[in-house]
Amino acid sequence: MSTLLEESPPDFEVDSAASAAAASRPRTIWQLLLHNPSVCFGGAVLAVMLLTALLAPFLGTIDPSNIDPIYRNKVPGTERMLRLEDGSEVPITHWMGTDMLGRDVYSRVLYGSQISLVVGLVVAILSIAVGLAIGLVSGYIRWLDGIVMRVMDGLMAIPGILLAIALMSLFNAGIGTVIFAIFIPEIPRVVRLVRAIVLSIREEPYVEAAISVGTSVPLILIRHVLPNTIAPLIVQGTYICASAILVEAILSFLGVGIPPEIPTWGNIMAEGRILFQIFPHNLLYPGIFLALTILAVNVLGDGLRDTLDPRMAKRLG
Amino acid sequence: MFGFLVRRLLATIPVLGMVALFVFFMLRLTPGDPAAILAGDNGEPYQIEAIRESLGLNEPIPTQLFIWLGNILQGDLGESFFFNKKVTELIAMRVEATLSLATVTLIFTLAVAIPLGVLAAYRQGSWVDRLVMGFSVLGFSVPIFVLGYFLIFVFSVNLKWFPVQGFKKIGDGFWPFLHHLILPSFSLGVIYIALIARMTRASVIEVLNEDYIRTAYAKGLSNMVVLMRHALRNAAVPIVTITGIGIALLIGGVVVTESVYNIPGLGRLTVDAVLGRDYPTIQALILVFSCVYVVINLLIDLSYTLLDPRIRY
Repeated sequence: MSTLLEESPPDFEVDSAASAAAASRPRTIWQLLLHNPSVCFGGAVLAVMLLTALLAPFLGTIDPSNIDPIYRNKVPGTERMLRLEDGSEVPITHWMGTDMLGRDVYSRVLYGSQISLVVGLVVAILSIAVGLAIGLVSGYIRWLDGIVMRVMDGLMAIPGILLAIALMSLFNAGIGTVIFAIFIPEIPRVVRLVRAIVLSIREEPYVEAAISVGTSVPLILIRHVLPNTIAPLIVQGTYICASAILVEAILSFLGVGIPPEIPTWGNIMAEGRILFQIFPHNLLYPGIFLALTILAVNVLGDGLRDTLDPRMAKRLG
Repeated sequence: MFGFLVRRLLATIPVLGMVALFVFFMLRLTPGDPAAILAGDNGEPYQIEAIRESLGLNEPIPTQLFIWLGNILQGDLGESFFFNKKVTELIAMRVEATLSLATVTLIFTLAVAIPLGVLAAYRQGSWVDRLVMGFSVLGFSVPIFVLGYFLIFVFSVNLKWFPVQGFKKIGDGFWPFLHHLILPSFSLGVIYIALIARMTRASVIEVLNEDYIRTAYAKGLSNMVVLMRHALRNAAVPIVTITGIGIALLIGGVVVTESVYNIPGLGRLTVDAVLGRDYPTIQALILVFSCVYVVINLLIDLSYTLLDPRIRY
């Protein structure tokens, strides 16, 4: 955290106007983040999505795999009585209509958000962790660098979605294999980022100083190099999360992702596409949730980049 | 220059070799018998044995690798189990649709993205700039298939301006060909436009601060001439670079777009091959797509000296 704090604007005690401005300027990284509209918007939308996913069972949903042939393809807003297991009936409204098997789209979309967010989060954490480890070692241990980077070049030469689709063909469909297939193509980007940082940091005087007092390589990496990677990696991780949510939906949509019996946004849309010309609601609602979530994560990433990583922000405009 | 050309060409060999190794080991390192995987879920023992024989799977791994690489270098990408055809024939049958889609998208993307980016840079901080940047964030976030179905629903189903799905060859007339490709190209192009417009903006803004831009204005040149001749030309290298890197997005997008719009191209073939667990086809497609990606980026690297005479190798 200490390196993040160093990124906040320094206070200049030059004249009274400057010091007055400095006094009103945010001081901690959290204040700085809260002053950024992108972070606030992205974070707020994402928080709502997270809550929706966590509270899905309590938000007026029914069993998302509850098939009802009588209520197939109902338009949004259809009201009806639902017979419970104990024989009693309760009135429910299909806010987003029903699909071609009579399942409630609203419930399916809400439960689907769980999968998307879990995949996004796990892929981001995994690829950051693995990429960081490989990047640190590759950037610091020169003889390994050549080999590692050739492997990464090769991985990067295969377009990501294509590699993910191909990897899915090797395994049985499931959440674990989908996460694996999405996370592998993300590794090289993290490795390159970390390696570039390591290569610039290892020339810094404080690293030289650490070497001269006999600090071991692992200790130098952890104590002096690692903290410098945190800010760019948080930013990169956010983008990876957005991309992972997108690729998961694409895989499910193409029918090579998470098995169709589990409701995911991609799966709902894949099933809905058959009748979409008559009943577009099967595509509309999961599509809106998907696009909004990815947008929120991307906007959050832009905000984090502007705040945490000003150099990268300047380069990308 | 010649030395650079040779070095750059040689540098692509390890990359492509690595891709080939990935593709080779992908199947071999997966738990289970590759022959059984290839034969599919309903493979009979005699079929598995035949596959093992035909692919030389009884040989040691290094021998298998050499046989496989040798076949590829001779242009033999194997035989599809699913379609019962040579993979090269399959690819030849499908390549036109994909190439058409990619070319139309690329032209459309560049024609939209670069003016947008230059405009945003010229009016930096204005509402035009914010609109372009907002659009670019949105473009990164709306998935191709969501956008695709939205466009089909509005413009094909309701307004009936465009055909719903499908593909016409250019031999069937230019208008029907283009008419079928407008919506797919737009869906596929949006994320690419977002990427290139963003890079164009950043790159042009940087150039606009240079002394020679001030000199050009001082000479009394018009905005248009300064922006296009002085700014854009000097900003070209990063734009062209990102266009090349973005080809990966385009290739990934082709797979999705062709499924949404029912275009019989290589992208659909990829999905069909994965659904049918048709490994020879999957392997070949990864090789072909990666080769295209690597070669395009090679050409772009080589074009730098044409774009910017200051760059010498």
